[in-house]
Amino acid sequence: MKLITVNFLACAVKGCKTAPASYPLHFQDAELELQELEFQPNFILNIIPRIDWDGLRVMANELGFPTIPDTKPEGDALKDEQILRDLHRVLLETQVVEGKLCCGNCGHEYTIKEGIANFLLPSHLGPTTPIKKSPGLLLTKPLALSLN
Amino acid sequence: MSRPEDVLPPDLFYDDNESRKYTTSSRIRNIQSNMAHRALDLLDLRSPSLILDIGCGSGLSGEILSQVPSEQGGPHTWVGMDISPSMLDVALQRGVEGDLFLADIGQGVPFRPGTFDAAISISAIQWLCNAETSDVSPEGRLRRFFEGLYASLRRGGRAVCQFYPKNDAQRSMISGAAMKAGFGAGILEDDPGTKNSKLYLVLTVGGGGLQGDITGIVDGMDDIDVLDARKRAMERSKPVLSRKGDKAWILRKKDQMARKGKVVKADSKYTGRKRRPAF
Repeated sequence: MKLITVNFLACAVKGCKTAPASYPLHFQDAELELQELEFQPNFILNIIPRIDWDGLRVMANELGFPTIPDTKPEGDALKDEQILRDLHRVLLETQVVEGKLCCGNCGHEYTIKEGIANFLLPSHLGPTTPIKKSPGLLLTKPLALSLN
Repeated sequence: MSRPEDVLPPDLFYDDNESRKYTTSSRIRNIQSNMAHRALDLLDLRSPSLILDIGCGSGLSGEILSQVPSEQGGPHTWVGMDISPSMLDVALQRGVEGDLFLADIGQGVPFRPGTFDAAISISAIQWLCNAETSDVSPEGRLRRFFEGLYASLRRGGRAVCQFYPKNDAQRSMISGAAMKAGFGAGILEDDPGTKNSKLYLVLTVGGGGLQGDITGIVDGMDDIDVLDARKRAMERSKPVLSRKGDKAWILRKKDQMARKGKVVKADSKYTGRKRRPAF
């Protein structure tokens, strides 16, 4: 799970769509890995306007990176290749391989295993409201059969 | 050949064995790569972009996105979502460059608005036409998917979804859901009428550099006929010119009667003429 993806992800639970606390998702027990990728300055320049800087800072703070500047680099700062290289390293090369992503609003935890986050929602959290069954059919306790 | 969509839900159908077969079959790889290239042509990306791969599977299409040479605007960075853990496992083993995550597209696309430059989907969205549990419906799943996709693309972004509809009803259900979500939609059909026919749903989000309507996408491509269904729909909805009781109606009725063999007065300049109001 690259940081760039996490920067764009919000909680998938229906009620969280409108809640501001659902973004950014918070890391828990994250295990990091560095995967070398080819540096593409054009891609970084293309993507910078869409990065949520506050979200990135919160994330970097949680993962323990000290070197994120307070404001988003703009204008002349983007001509500095070192800044772009640093961003490339943080956004694309840093990967979270194990851990959890946690929603700040509903507390739902998305597990990350081998770098793949599980965003499948159980049906009760999914975007549909389940069809109500008639109460007569509902069994609140499993039937116990005694065989003596 | 039977449709896998009718056999099992996608996360169960593509188990370890089926995923491995799918990824190693040279025939499937070939078809997938052709379709991915075609979809890339339709997306017409000119600079390295962030792309969402919907139903990325083992990353056959994503690989092609990462391999686009820099003179053609690549290489692109992609994020893939798929519902089958086994497929993603194969993708991991193959070491694809994109970022993968496990999600059901019928539950929506959980990204912030305006995230992606483009989206691509190869042979995936027909799975949305199947509902596996009683609390979801195909229409609902399609609606959530297209609404989520519409929001997650930036203004002027495009999506190309290649899909295999079971029949015309599915085809119009899918394209109708896309249009309802706000997309400008068109369907491109390669090799129509043959067994190899491939459908591409081309979607645009307004506000981009595209001049005119959706047909502008295929401008400059060879061997493409544009069939505009909107024109036909417009013609059909034109008001009927002859109304009951007017001259054209009377003449038609007289003609009808004459053909039936009835005695009909000859037409004259007075036939069906409007009467002045009585003094």
